[in-house]
Amino acid sequence: MISTVYEKEKREMRQVYAETILELAKANPDVIALEADLMSAITTNKIKAEIPNQLINSGIMEANMMGVAAGLSLTGKIPYVHTFGQFATRRTYDQLFVSGGYAKTNIKILGSDAGITAEHNGGTHMTFEDIGLMRLVPQAHVYEASDSTMLGYLLRRIEKEYGVHYIRTIRKNAIKLYEENETFEDGKGKLLRDGEDITIIATGIMVAEALQAADILEQHGIHAAVIDMYSIKPIDAELITEYAQKTKAIVTAENHNVIGGLGSAVSEVLAENHPVSMYRIGVREQYGQVGKVDYLKTYYKLSDRDIAEAAIKLFAR
Amino acid sequence: MDLAKVERFRDEIRLKTLQELHHLGFGHYGGSLSIIETLAVLYGDVMQVDPDDPAWEDRDYFILSKGHGGPGLYAALAVKGYFPQEMLYTLNQNGTKLPSHPDKNLTPGVDMTTGSLGQGVSAAVGVALSHKLSSRNNRTFCIVGDGELNEGQCWEAFQFAAHHKLHDLFVFIDDNKKQLDGPTKDIIDPIDFAAKMDAFGFYVYKVDGSDVAAIHQAISQGISQKEKPVAIVLDTIKGQGVRYLEELADNHHIRPNETDTAAIEQAIYELETKLQQEVRG
Repeated sequence: MISTVYEKEKREMRQVYAETILELAKANPDVIALEADLMSAITTNKIKAEIPNQLINSGIMEANMMGVAAGLSLTGKIPYVHTFGQFATRRTYDQLFVSGGYAKTNIKILGSDAGITAEHNGGTHMTFEDIGLMRLVPQAHVYEASDSTMLGYLLRRIEKEYGVHYIRTIRKNAIKLYEENETFEDGKGKLLRDGEDITIIATGIMVAEALQAADILEQHGIHAAVIDMYSIKPIDAELITEYAQKTKAIVTAENHNVIGGLGSAVSEVLAENHPVSMYRIGVREQYGQVGKVDYLKTYYKLSDRDIAEAAIKLFAR
Repeated sequence: MDLAKVERFRDEIRLKTLQELHHLGFGHYGGSLSIIETLAVLYGDVMQVDPDDPAWEDRDYFILSKGHGGPGLYAALAVKGYFPQEMLYTLNQNGTKLPSHPDKNLTPGVDMTTGSLGQGVSAAVGVALSHKLSSRNNRTFCIVGDGELNEGQCWEAFQFAAHHKLHDLFVFIDDNKKQLDGPTKDIIDPIDFAAKMDAFGFYVYKVDGSDVAAIHQAISQGISQKEKPVAIVLDTIKGQGVRYLEELADNHHIRPNETDTAAIEQAIYELETKLQQEVRG
């Protein structure tokens, strides 16, 4: 099922988005992709070239783009809206909340450049809040894609599922995790590695860090289970509870603020079902900044070592 | 257009709006009344709709972007036959299907949920775009408030509509010259809506928004052109059609005192009498 070499994929996530949407749009004339002047950043220009009527570049007007998507949905179209994560959520929050969620329209949203992977765009473009914001939209589905297989699968699956769906992703190459035939259900997590001592629950780029952390822990004689919790809402409460019962403690790991994101979601499940010791790896009370991913990973304490250290401390308690 | 028929329709909508709000005891009188003539022309003559099949695919769409005018829209929908007129007395009651701001999932005939100002314009643009992409001829009508045009999103939507040459989109600006906190010219002076809409790439008509014939004529002219979206700037008065309310200074949301109540009841009586006489005549 999963690769253990932690190698980067050849295909970028943006290629996966553009190619999958092109495939969906060719098969279904109701699929309309919307961009706010970031077509070349996500490489959807090939859709524009091939089927210009199914890619609408709204220009730099995200609020209107979200409303237009709602209007398209009223007439049976299936809009896929892309922009960087912070514009897709922070900037258009009332639009996606009211014209999207509250009005019960059908909008698929891709927020790209998740967290520290915004790199040189820095603090203005670095979203550590999008998962939290989207979790607060009733009935919205919130996912973080951890590799290209998953992103392609989720994009295809949500075409058939009515409602507001948000997928958070990085734009460039992910670490390869899944074989091409893997499937990803709504509301389920993936157990990638089993273990009895401690459980690491991660999303997105942190899944690979969690697997590496589990290798480090193994050297300390600690057997860690690793779960890819790509479906953050609805969340797999059953799997979380099962591993809370089975292992001694839980560490969550996310490229996001620890408030409102995966760590919050997991702790809510634990608090209501089976409280155990836990620690949330993630951004704490800080804004983004420019820098390379490796630097930022260290700065915000998002590395495999940080996860392993937290796990060792928890295990020793 | 059968002018007499549309004017009677207008009087019925105005009467039902007053009765609906009077029954509730308070509400958005000003901005509901200023759009009655336009609603009467749209639902009474222009729009292809079927009250027995609100989701009819070939229908024209209507989006009330200035969602607080909901009570006026509900009266028009009830008179048109989308739902029983008695339902108007459930406005804002617990568990109602008629919330003060329209909700497409609650009320038959409401095409889009609105109330967060600026958003209905974008949704209307999306609907018009969808019809254009599918080579369909459905028209999209949208009423936006003059105060609502403070919202930048509206101007994003206008640029987008003009760029895509959405000629089946009709935007009505309810220029009643007041917003919640006072005259628009004191809060954000609109200067000249017609000039702005022209500059934004619309065909523009400026009409007396209390004159159903003039509104109808502007729509007909707009329908005949095929290049740009249409903007109709409605010169209206907040509280339109009820002299007492027109002259009331703060008439955006009214919680009537005894004098106000007497005036509203008098207006209801006069409209009822007029309509009865028309039936007899």
